Amino acid sequence: MTRVGVVVFPGSNCEYDAQAALRELGADVDLVWHTATDLSAYDHLVLPGGFAHGDYLRPGAIARFSPVMSAIADFAAGGGPVLGICNGFQVLTEAGLLPGALQKNRGLTFISEPTTLVVASTRSVLTRRARVGQELVVPINHFSGAYTCDDDTLQRLLEGDQVVLRYRENPNGSRDDIAGVSNEGGNVVGLMPHPERAMSTLVGSADGRVLLEGFLGLEISAARG
Amino acid sequence: MSEPLHQALGLTDGEYEDIRTVLGRDPNHLELACYGVMWSEHCSYKSSRIHLRRLPTTAPHVLVGPGENAGVIDAGDGIAVAIRIESHNHPSAIEPYQGAATGVGGILRDVFTMGARPLAVMDPLFFGPLDEARQRWLVEGVVAGISGYGNSVGVPTIGGELTFDPTYAGNPLVNVLCVGALPRERLILGRASGPGNLAVLLGSTTGRDGIGGVSVLASAGFAGGEAPVDEAKRPSVQVGDPYEEKRLIEACLALLDAGLVVGIQDLGGAGLICATSETAARGGVGMDVDVAAVPRREEGMADYEVMTSESQERMLAIVTPENWPAVAELCARWEVRASVVGRVTPAEPGPDGEPVGYLRVRDGIDGPVLAQMPAVSLAEDAPLYDRPRRRPADLDDRLADDPTDDEPLDDLAHDLLDMLYDPAWVYRQYDSQLFLNTVVGPGRDAALLRLAGPGLPTSSRGMALTTDSNPRWCALDPRAGTALTVIEGVANLACVGATPAAVVNCLNFGNPEHPEVMWQLSEAIDGMAEACRALGLPVIGGNVSLYNESGGRDIDPTPVIGLLGLVDHLVAPPPAWAWRDGDAVLLVGRRRGEEGRPFPLAGGLFAARRGRRGGQVPPVDYETAARTSAFVADLVAGVCAGGASALHGVHDLAAGGLGVALCEMAHAAGHGVRVDVLDPREVVAEMPARFVVATDDPQGLLAAARAAGVEAIEIGIVGGDRVVVGPVDLPLEEVVTRRRHSLADALGMPALH
Repeated sequence: MTRVGVVVFPGSNCEYDAQAALRELGADVDLVWHTATDLSAYDHLVLPGGFAHGDYLRPGAIARFSPVMSAIADFAAGGGPVLGICNGFQVLTEAGLLPGALQKNRGLTFISEPTTLVVASTRSVLTRRARVGQELVVPINHFSGAYTCDDDTLQRLLEGDQVVLRYRENPNGSRDDIAGVSNEGGNVVGLMPHPERAMSTLVGSADGRVLLEGFLGLEISAARG
Repeated sequence: MSEPLHQALGLTDGEYEDIRTVLGRDPNHLELACYGVMWSEHCSYKSSRIHLRRLPTTAPHVLVGPGENAGVIDAGDGIAVAIRIESHNHPSAIEPYQGAATGVGGILRDVFTMGARPLAVMDPLFFGPLDEARQRWLVEGVVAGISGYGNSVGVPTIGGELTFDPTYAGNPLVNVLCVGALPRERLILGRASGPGNLAVLLGSTTGRDGIGGVSVLASAGFAGGEAPVDEAKRPSVQVGDPYEEKRLIEACLALLDAGLVVGIQDLGGAGLICATSETAARGGVGMDVDVAAVPRREEGMADYEVMTSESQERMLAIVTPENWPAVAELCARWEVRASVVGRVTPAEPGPDGEPVGYLRVRDGIDGPVLAQMPAVSLAEDAPLYDRPRRRPADLDDRLADDPTDDEPLDDLAHDLLDMLYDPAWVYRQYDSQLFLNTVVGPGRDAALLRLAGPGLPTSSRGMALTTDSNPRWCALDPRAGTALTVIEGVANLACVGATPAAVVNCLNFGNPEHPEVMWQLSEAIDGMAEACRALGLPVIGGNVSLYNESGGRDIDPTPVIGLLGLVDHLVAPPPAWAWRDGDAVLLVGRRRGEEGRPFPLAGGLFAARRGRRGGQVPPVDYETAARTSAFVADLVAGVCAGGASALHGVHDLAAGGLGVALCEMAHAAGHGVRVDVLDPREVVAEMPARFVVATDDPQGLLAAARAAGVEAIEIGIVGGDRVVVGPVDLPLEEVVTRRRHSLADALGMPALH
């Protein structure tokens, strides 16, 4: 069975949701405390949403110094799939495992609402089971979600096919409507929207499944619950 | 400063004498400060308690009724649900961000004190009209505070209310409701027991923030205007830290899971003295508190400041000495501070030989005694007042001035547009989805959640929540108005298929020393009691917020009713505010009110907009209301259970009546509608327990209603790009634009994209 480690920092709050969503897809999921230094038991890593270390200073700025981060960097360097959702994305950019940064939303308020994402690349572990151009309804939930990077970085992202998801209607002022990016290898992915919140039409959308199934390397399920 | 000390601490001369009698001597400064906060109106309910006794509080499924930190019911499938509602009105009026934020923090602690993981928060908010800059500042601050604290601490905000009325211009209301769940067998009560056990303070350090919060701030009115005396109360507002609270929640739930604590109690209003005296009093024991052992945020704090500080994010756990090392280790893992600050002591023979549990404050655990008071006297023996009550002298004149009889009804379209606003500007700032339970989120009749959460047994049940109030009705008839508010809550639950299971209430009233206010409070409690008895609902918790006045002017009575409902089988979402082209529109419930005034306007939003605040509120008819709501709840529950249904949309009729409800549905669905009315008043009349239903099988639904003994009639058809309700004819686009933009425009904020 696929083993997934969900990394929990003090202040994380989406760890149970990520665990529940991945378990529903058949994975064996552990919560891993941020002081862990050995991640060899896991095939996949997830950095969940929340407010690691209270988001003090700025989101992810303290979490990048948590003991677990060097093990995550080694895991990523070895080609292991790593997914950062929302605050996890912010942590990965602060740690330099993903390019760019997340700054405060354009309107300077927290935004929690469903968004429509457009798949921009299928070269990443997150989007490998989706189609380019496919639209997915997945909610966002953040204050600092406006993706930004310098011109050179944007150019490199575009040339390297590293922009994986865009907003159809940009909710937060993200540069080039970017909702998620990957590293050059495509094995490290971060996105601000929450695919684990889109696992069932009962709670609004099941469109997150294709992303998390892709992340786990599963075939796309026929059933959409 | 010629004022005697006890008066400066908020105690009357009579109360001072009572304290002397209890102690058999003069109290010292520290003791007086402890009584000052514990006997405050906010902590002791001394003006309301004799009235609250009239509420029905029992039912077979009630596990914990009023008086504990939260009420708890058995929700089935091995799951217990804890619920609590509180006010944080005065702190929010002075410092809106921190006032609202610490309101959320406090209610969460009340719920996880019971062993329940907090799963959702709702916020009923009341402000003055937004054309005043101060109100805009308050709205933005309060919403940002709820968003900043609630989102970060990791509890979704799933609904609430947003009311604007001139009555709140000098004293806004910020109420907060929290619901949590736990495995039934893990229920914990806030009791100290076992002499020799340790009192352990968990969480934040203690500082000078929030001293006198319950007395100076919460138990006195505002002077009003820009009075410096109000501004000077800002230091009595606490400051919140959601990151500390998040770790505290996880640590406390882990302690409870591991069975490492005997009892646990949050520190809220009145701080350490409240937590220690309440746990000791409930357990029939005493407690020694070492004031020197309390970790402090700043130097030079006086003992009374340490004992009464309302610094946030603190809990008191009662722990056996054997378990203390394990408790310390678990807290260290969560980076939560844990300090032994006291020990449980046995009851001792008192002056008359009776066993008395003494609360002793000491300097060093075996050091000199700085204060010694019977714990029960602090926690439970505050004087009870039966304050004078008087029906307002102008009430008959107001009742006679009924807008139903003579208010002109020209240009209703204009009024209707003015009553439309979409609260999305507020709730999109709240995380409403954490825990993957939110089936119906904010902005609808009621919220609906899966009954699920970390550590809970598996269940396919759902729980529904609504908070309701109607200060306009309550101003005219607090008894009927409160009863109608309960009925309204039941109707809201029906829209998401839920059957009501329990009631909590937050009674926001003016100055209890005004006999008219006490009359309103007493009447409202009677109305709630009568409605809850008639509908078979237990009241399992509540909060009374008095002294909501500014410049001597009391707010209109505002009892907020929180209702918890249950859905047996939740596998599909209930019908939304949606309808499809060609659907028939049905009105379910009584179409006409009483003879003479079949379409009452009194106490309605339309009348208030026109400056008409008089008249007779609609009559209360529990049987019809209960039957109608149960009929709708059954239909919707069938959809939730996954059954095929011809029911496409359902919406309760509330403020603004039929016209507003139809506009809201037209906006949500993107289709216009054409509805006939019998009288122009019907567009905006307000009566309880009525619903708009959209269906493609009107005959089937009408037959089902007939069989259930429920009034229902087809009143129109869905389609087109106009909203036509009797004499009102508006382009759908104008309805949508107006509803979407009005709140942001009034706040001077960018509209939603």
